[in-house]
Amino acid sequence: MSDPHKSVGVDVGGTFTDVFVLNEDDGTAQVAKVPTTRPDQSGGFLHGIKQHIDRLSDIAVVVHGTTAGTNALLERKGAKTGVITTEGLRDVLEMRRRDRPHTWGLRGNFEPIATRQHRIEVPERTLADGTIRTAVNLESVRTAVQQLLASGCESVAILFANAYANPANEISAASVVRKLWPNPHVAVSSEILPEIREFERFSTTALNAYLQPEVSGYFHRLEQALSQDGFAGEFMIVQSNGGVMTVDNACRTPIRTALSGPAAGVIAAAYIAQNAGFNNVITGDVGGTSFDVSLISDGQSMLSAQTSIDFGMVIRTPMIEITTIGAGGGSIAWVDKGGLLNIGPESAGSDPGPVAYGLGNERPTVTDANVVLGRIDSSSPIGGNLKALDREAAALAIDRHVGQQLELDTSAAAEAILRVANSRMAGALRLVSIERGFDPKQFVFMPFGGGGGLHAGAMLAEVGIARALIPRYPGVTSAMGCVIADMRQDFVQTVNTTVDGLDENRLTLFMQAHVDDGGKLLDASNTRFDSRDVSFELDMSYAGQTHTVAVPVPVQVNNGCVLPLSREVIADAFDKTYKRSFGRLLPNGVRRIINLRSAVTGKRPKFDLRTLAPDAGTKVVKPKAKRQVHFDTQWFETAIYNRLELPAGLIVVGPAILEQPDTTVLIEPGLQGRIDEYGNTVIEALERSGGE
Amino acid sequence: MKNNNEAIDPITLAVLAGRMEQIADEMDATLFRAAFNPIIAEAHDASHGLYHAQSGDTLVQGKSGLPIFVGVMSFAVKAVIDKYDAEDDLVDGDIFIFNDAHIGGTHLSDMRLVRPYFYNGELFCYLASVGHWHDLGGAVPGNYNPGATDVFQEALVIPPVRLARAGEVNQDIIDILLRNTRLPQSAQGDLNGQMGALDLGVKRMDELLNEYGQGTVQSALAALGQRAESLMRAELTSLPDGRWTAEDFLDNDGITDEPLPIRVAIEISGDAMQIDFTNTAPQCAGPVNIALPTTVATAYVAIKHLFPELPANAGVMRPIEVIVPEGSLLAATFPAPTGGYTETILRMIDAIFCAMAQVSSELVVANAYGTINALSIAGKRANGQPWVMFSFYGGGHGACCDGDGLNHGNAPISTATIPPMEILEAAYPVMFRQWALRPDSGGAGEHRGGMGAIYEIEVLEEQGAEAFLFGERGKYAPRGIAGGGEALMNVFRYQQADGWHNPPMVSKMRGIRLQQGEAVRLETPGGGGFGPAGKRHPAKVATDVRRELITPICADSDYGKDWRTVIR
Repeated sequence: MSDPHKSVGVDVGGTFTDVFVLNEDDGTAQVAKVPTTRPDQSGGFLHGIKQHIDRLSDIAVVVHGTTAGTNALLERKGAKTGVITTEGLRDVLEMRRRDRPHTWGLRGNFEPIATRQHRIEVPERTLADGTIRTAVNLESVRTAVQQLLASGCESVAILFANAYANPANEISAASVVRKLWPNPHVAVSSEILPEIREFERFSTTALNAYLQPEVSGYFHRLEQALSQDGFAGEFMIVQSNGGVMTVDNACRTPIRTALSGPAAGVIAAAYIAQNAGFNNVITGDVGGTSFDVSLISDGQSMLSAQTSIDFGMVIRTPMIEITTIGAGGGSIAWVDKGGLLNIGPESAGSDPGPVAYGLGNERPTVTDANVVLGRIDSSSPIGGNLKALDREAAALAIDRHVGQQLELDTSAAAEAILRVANSRMAGALRLVSIERGFDPKQFVFMPFGGGGGLHAGAMLAEVGIARALIPRYPGVTSAMGCVIADMRQDFVQTVNTTVDGLDENRLTLFMQAHVDDGGKLLDASNTRFDSRDVSFELDMSYAGQTHTVAVPVPVQVNNGCVLPLSREVIADAFDKTYKRSFGRLLPNGVRRIINLRSAVTGKRPKFDLRTLAPDAGTKVVKPKAKRQVHFDTQWFETAIYNRLELPAGLIVVGPAILEQPDTTVLIEPGLQGRIDEYGNTVIEALERSGGE
Repeated sequence: MKNNNEAIDPITLAVLAGRMEQIADEMDATLFRAAFNPIIAEAHDASHGLYHAQSGDTLVQGKSGLPIFVGVMSFAVKAVIDKYDAEDDLVDGDIFIFNDAHIGGTHLSDMRLVRPYFYNGELFCYLASVGHWHDLGGAVPGNYNPGATDVFQEALVIPPVRLARAGEVNQDIIDILLRNTRLPQSAQGDLNGQMGALDLGVKRMDELLNEYGQGTVQSALAALGQRAESLMRAELTSLPDGRWTAEDFLDNDGITDEPLPIRVAIEISGDAMQIDFTNTAPQCAGPVNIALPTTVATAYVAIKHLFPELPANAGVMRPIEVIVPEGSLLAATFPAPTGGYTETILRMIDAIFCAMAQVSSELVVANAYGTINALSIAGKRANGQPWVMFSFYGGGHGACCDGDGLNHGNAPISTATIPPMEILEAAYPVMFRQWALRPDSGGAGEHRGGMGAIYEIEVLEEQGAEAFLFGERGKYAPRGIAGGGEALMNVFRYQQADGWHNPPMVSKMRGIRLQQGEAVRLETPGGGGFGPAGKRHPAKVATDVRRELITPICADSDYGKDWRTVIR
């Protein structure tokens, strides 16, 4: 076969680089996991791809889920960034929204990514209604550029007041700056986020500029390494919204990649669950330091408009809503002065990691509790390069730091650690479901990542979820998501009008511009789409109310031409949505439209998950081993199975443990694990009629 | 709640502590989402919690609500218990409402809803919701009236009354409320939001009690209070015994331009503490008085900032005695005005911190900017429609042993964020000429105080406007600790046809007329410094100069000229 026919998804994590290869010709798939290389991740990236592919010319598309942007933000490793801004507003980035890092204690500080001497004001002013009160002084802009270049800035952000209402001053300034600036790293607030709220817009734009040199450099290095080895296909990047974009687009707007890797995981989870017959899913990724939860309702993942990467570092761009709590495998268990057992937020991470790793940490972690109770096999640990885990050291640490304080023996103390950790994880599940008006009983829980399979059963008991669905390859979910994700571009434009005062033509022009720009981006990629889709939402509220509701509006698009939307249709759509959210309408309330949000999607071809599935079989499966595992208050002789060998249709009765190279799945007493036709494991309450 | 407590294992306790905190948090979130007015929706000037069925003591409080409410809400519940529980006719579905600050603390803008929670037909605890409403009548839109001499000039006063009986809402009460506000739609929206939050609390409590049983939850609540108390006692024991004093001043009461001293003596002996405000100024004519509940709650806020890991329940205050002499500014009696309570309690916290800094400077953060700066600009549009732009403005935080203070933070009694300038400009006919840090405003020190801010606001409306300010720190600067310097004071000015003016009361001003194109300018204080300025590394001074956070002249006078040898 000479035509490129393979789709490759690559997710680069802190420890491992995961690769998912789909052969589009025969629908078969393969997975690989190799160590992440540092500092240049392209080594592991290529190494992983080559596990299953000899000739890179066979590859039609490589899609990358990355944490390069997030890491550069968290570690403050972006470029030296300058700011050109409205006279009088030099300090918006530093002043934030007048918040503080912690409610109690009044300690802590903040350094913006652009320091004050690199934030230069120029005379210009646009008013809230779009009137230009002072045209931008282009001579001052030129002087500012010279100053910033002289002080060594590599990128620049143009941040003007009310540019969402009228971008004319920013456009003039940007054209001058782009002529003078020696590289493409110029970010303009009305291009990145034409939305009201200056701090959020400025922050998002400045962080984009801060990331441009670093992240585009990284993507180019990867692209080069791929093409050197013969790759001639399309290279694409997963965005925080769960859609992919071309690498050119990603280089211009790296801020949209902040949650790239985790978003890909959620996309795959939605797809796997939907195939398995579940449209409502709560995903949970148990990592070293955190537990990341996301909710998928009716096959759609929830999007949030904004996130803070760190105190004061606000990013406003649509992203898959992922709620994070500080309770992962490496989270430290400790007893406070009042005698209460706590888990985290301090974490031993993966280095030094749990006590059992023997790399220097002496305080017990959640993983240590799992080791002590026999749930994790200490003789052949998964993940990492360790030969064995030090179970005695873990037990000692639990005794010393938890058992003695609470007067519990080792196994009771370890159970206590897991109970509190599980209860914190369950709290996160409740947060994303119950608190948003979803009934968790309607959902399945899907853990992915390496550690989730150990805590799935506990979530059923704690939250009242009926079943958990563990994907066949939970460790490479994000890489699989890269291959599944559609291409998607989000747009926003602040409109800011009452519904009665709406200029329908103006709104139509905005929608048309979004459809045109989105279409161009899809056209520019060399990817095949099964279909294209456009959707529109309006952020609306009653006048005087500050929080908006997202109102989906029915818009007809004929051959790429947007048909106008009437005020009546908008008012009606608002009433429906508002009533659903708040129970009642406000009599005589004045309806307002704040923002238009558009999403243009190109649907990429999907593949059949069955190609990953095990054979159905009636053969009798023998446990590969038995070991003592502690549940609740006693030890059980527990069967250990090789998970990937289990045939579809098999039911494994708890207590049992299913092991695979990077994951351990725990089936507690009273629960059973059923292998479905895709090789997923469905954990649910024991069927009386069931059995091995 | 009866005392049929069962012994509770520490693991269930840890689990229940998290669950109940989540219930209060979820009530907070429900109101923030539903509220109409930005003071609740954006600034989170609201709070929810669970309170003891007999004493009203705080059992559990949400994390995201306003810090000052953590202590004050129990007084609101006590007020309802005092008035109604005696009658013994509380039934499931009752809701009480009031804003009387002399009974419930803080000020009249804070509307309190209290709902007895029944489980299996028995009173289990109270749920309460408080939120800052936009307007409740009175002489000044937004209710920050710096010239008030009694509560009647501030806002409508509502004593604890029954808003709902057995689930039936009394529309008469709502009609009275809505007829007494300039912004009835906002008030209705906020009230609906608060009732919604209480409904949600009931639902969640039912679920929790069904799951864990009444006895277990009761035991957990008792144990959590016990645990908070022992944590507090442990902290106090680790501090030296002794008595330390501090004093600070309010600029004036808005009526007479005379300073008002706030004096505190802190005595630690063993595992107990006394906070004594004897010799503080007597009750005054203007609205910087506060009621006793507010004073006790403020002591709690100060303590919680010193020991941030302590849980938010009444157990923390058991080892602490607060002494407030009768007739004091800090125990004002009805109908003394209390609208500016924020200024007084910020000064109390400053004084407590200065006294505690003598016990241990590592424990304490230097004074923050110390004023809420409630500025309202109001007028009418050409079509006759009234508008009120009301907001609080930020300033610098104090430095501490860990490092410099935060630039432009929120007040220690609050977690409120400031509305975006563009939202204000889109909603009201104003333009911000400047929204920037104020150089030189942080106190000098080994660690420098955070910078305050400059806001200059021009009126765009052809009809002009009127401006009102309720601020402080115009005459007495925020202080440093451990030898750190003072911050710059609050400066307020306004522009009229004949130039710029300073108001006669320095930091308070009522009804100044502004024409189109005229402006007000607020320069807010920074935070105090930590440690002697001489110990600051010249390179850090040079960095501040390079960033134009400190002017060269100021750097020379505060730190000497060493920095000039370091700067490029």
